[in-house]
Amino acid sequence: MNEFFAEYPLVFTMATTLAKIVLFTHIGLILAAYMPWVERKVSAWMQDRVGPNRVGYAGLGQPIADALKFIFKEDPVPGHVDKVLFTLAPALTVIPAILVLAVVPFAPAVSLFGQTAQMAIADLSVGILFVFAFSSLAVYGITLAGWASNSKYPLIGGVRSAAQMVSYELCLGLSVVGVFMAAQTLRLTDIVELQVDGYWNMFTQPIGFLVFVIAAFAETNRLPFDLPEAETELVAGYHTEYGSMKFAMFFAGEYMAMFVFSCLVAVLFMGGWDVPFMSNESFAALGNWGAALGFVAFLTKVLLFLFFYVWVRFTIPRFKFDQLMHLGWKVLIPLSLLNILWAGLWNMPS
Amino acid sequence: MSRARTLDVEVAEDRRSESMMINMGPQHPSTHGVLRLVLELDGEEVISCAPVIGYLHRAKEKVGETFSWHKFIPYTDRLDYLAPLSNNVAYALACEKLMAVDCPPRAQAIRVICHELSRISAHLLGLGAYAMDLGAMTIFLWTFREREQIYSLIERICGARFTTSYTRIGGVERDLPEDFWPKCQAFVNEFPGRVDEYEALLSRNKIWVKRTQGIGVITKEQALQFGLTGPNLRGSGIEYDVRKANPYLGYENYEFEVPIGTEGDCYDRYLCRLFEMRESAKILQQVIDTIPDGPILNRDGDEALKTVLPEKEKVLTNMEALIHQFMVGTESIHAPVGEVYFGCENPKGELGFYLRSKGGLEADRLRIRGPSFANLQILEELTPGHSIADIMALLGSIDFVMGECDR
Repeated sequence: MNEFFAEYPLVFTMATTLAKIVLFTHIGLILAAYMPWVERKVSAWMQDRVGPNRVGYAGLGQPIADALKFIFKEDPVPGHVDKVLFTLAPALTVIPAILVLAVVPFAPAVSLFGQTAQMAIADLSVGILFVFAFSSLAVYGITLAGWASNSKYPLIGGVRSAAQMVSYELCLGLSVVGVFMAAQTLRLTDIVELQVDGYWNMFTQPIGFLVFVIAAFAETNRLPFDLPEAETELVAGYHTEYGSMKFAMFFAGEYMAMFVFSCLVAVLFMGGWDVPFMSNESFAALGNWGAALGFVAFLTKVLLFLFFYVWVRFTIPRFKFDQLMHLGWKVLIPLSLLNILWAGLWNMPS
Repeated sequence: MSRARTLDVEVAEDRRSESMMINMGPQHPSTHGVLRLVLELDGEEVISCAPVIGYLHRAKEKVGETFSWHKFIPYTDRLDYLAPLSNNVAYALACEKLMAVDCPPRAQAIRVICHELSRISAHLLGLGAYAMDLGAMTIFLWTFREREQIYSLIERICGARFTTSYTRIGGVERDLPEDFWPKCQAFVNEFPGRVDEYEALLSRNKIWVKRTQGIGVITKEQALQFGLTGPNLRGSGIEYDVRKANPYLGYENYEFEVPIGTEGDCYDRYLCRLFEMRESAKILQQVIDTIPDGPILNRDGDEALKTVLPEKEKVLTNMEALIHQFMVGTESIHAPVGEVYFGCENPKGELGFYLRSKGGLEADRLRIRGPSFANLQILEELTPGHSIADIMALLGSIDFVMGECDR
């Protein structure tokens, strides 16, 4: 095998890439499917309830049952909608979220058959730009859903989401500038490796971290920024007219986006696969066990951040639209500019 | 409706062309029950609001004219269905005033317990729904934890959790069981800590404060003009509580404070309700400490004989008692000629019963003053200029029950 791959490295790359695509997208999809279960269990724990416990042990079969239900439900398309956009919109929320996973490094490089494989599906040199290119597409899904539904509550939801996501996209972008100023690269693997040897960016750039986390909540439409679908105001916001699998796609898209943003927070600010007191050398010394350790560390951080998402959702109330805009433009953007200044001073060559 | 019509005229032509009419309710998640609001929106801003009510109209007042005095008691359960015990008490007090029947001290104390338990329960639900509408869902389920305790207590009081029908003219249906007292004491001990928990989540929460302070300001004048009562009136800074202004059930003997707001905004109404719950717990403690022994139904005097079923023991041994049992049981009560109004401090405000009797077995006219009905009137006045999200804060802080509004 080793000789074969040494002779045909392209075959190795293709095989590992395919394997990584299958593995990482499924990690994402399974987590996205089980996040509602986690959310219901955690919220139940916070609210003195039991949570789902009927389907399987501790309700673990619930996501499967829900998915089956969604698939077998009738898929009604109301007569007054713009059919093409109405069908396209749910897909537009899920696909960009899944695509972003392509550049996320899950673990240190693995060596197999004498070759090394990076543990990101595509270790692009413009990783961060790729992330922003695709995560900003998600706004189209929601806005189009609101528009194509041709109905009043979804329209308000869609308009709200357009304004909200565009504003917070800006904060998101600006808050990361400091990170690649420090790393002097846009490649996510390099950003992680720099943090493994140095400090995590959340400690060197606390303001940028804060802004990024807040913007991540807004980008995924989670409380306190769930205005586009604010149930108590807009019934269900942009997806009021959706049912069956189309609704499930929005649902999956939201949880997928949560997972992706948790990955990004881990990669950009929490040291990715880093474990405290480990360096790149000690990871390399452990070989593939180091990669496994890094993978576990990375997933732990992602899960912790997902828990944080749920925690926040069940703790604080929702913002009002003008307050949201005020926070975005007048507080977060100046703060992220300040962070850029701070990053510049911190990384000034002495 | 009238306000919406006048606003149609006031709004400039160019603005009206951009406005959007949106129908909120009667099946909207946060119009709690079946309130319907027809909103005219300019973007997120509400230009006008026309509440439409009557989806839960069950002709209760008319029913009151066809049923005998006692038979109407179960109907009062369904008025403010978040505080059925309180409605029972209010109706019984009105009937007693009409028939000049006294209520024994022990029954009065039990009625105070009914009143305060249902006040806490109703305020808890109001607070929970209010917080949930603004996105803080945990509070809602936390309040249900305490409401569960209260419902268990109510179950001990009268056997039912929801449709209580507990009071009788001249007293209450049955005495409290022995195991009620330790449970009630445990609840009273525990409750202030629970309120602290709610406060920890909300009172100084920046988002909560921003969403409620300065929103839906009701001035003193407006509050009086629209006939608001209860926490909505007190939130606007007017000190009026029927329990203090016109004490009944011996409320003058209990020590409690009535909270008064300063700004009249949604935040003040929220604080008022929290404070009232704490005071209610204090009143409960005082009742537990001081409740007298004695009968729970007034069976003394000629009037009482005609209104209250005699004791079973006497029915079996005494001819007179058997006759009264037969008369009250089959024919019901003959009320004297007259008309009375009696208002009680219910959780939502002053619940009043106006009874007119031409003598006979049923009311000639029975009119219910539902506080929610009066409180909701102010929506039309308050909403213009607020955003859609503020409507949720407003509805939550006004804390209405459609069962009582539509009757």
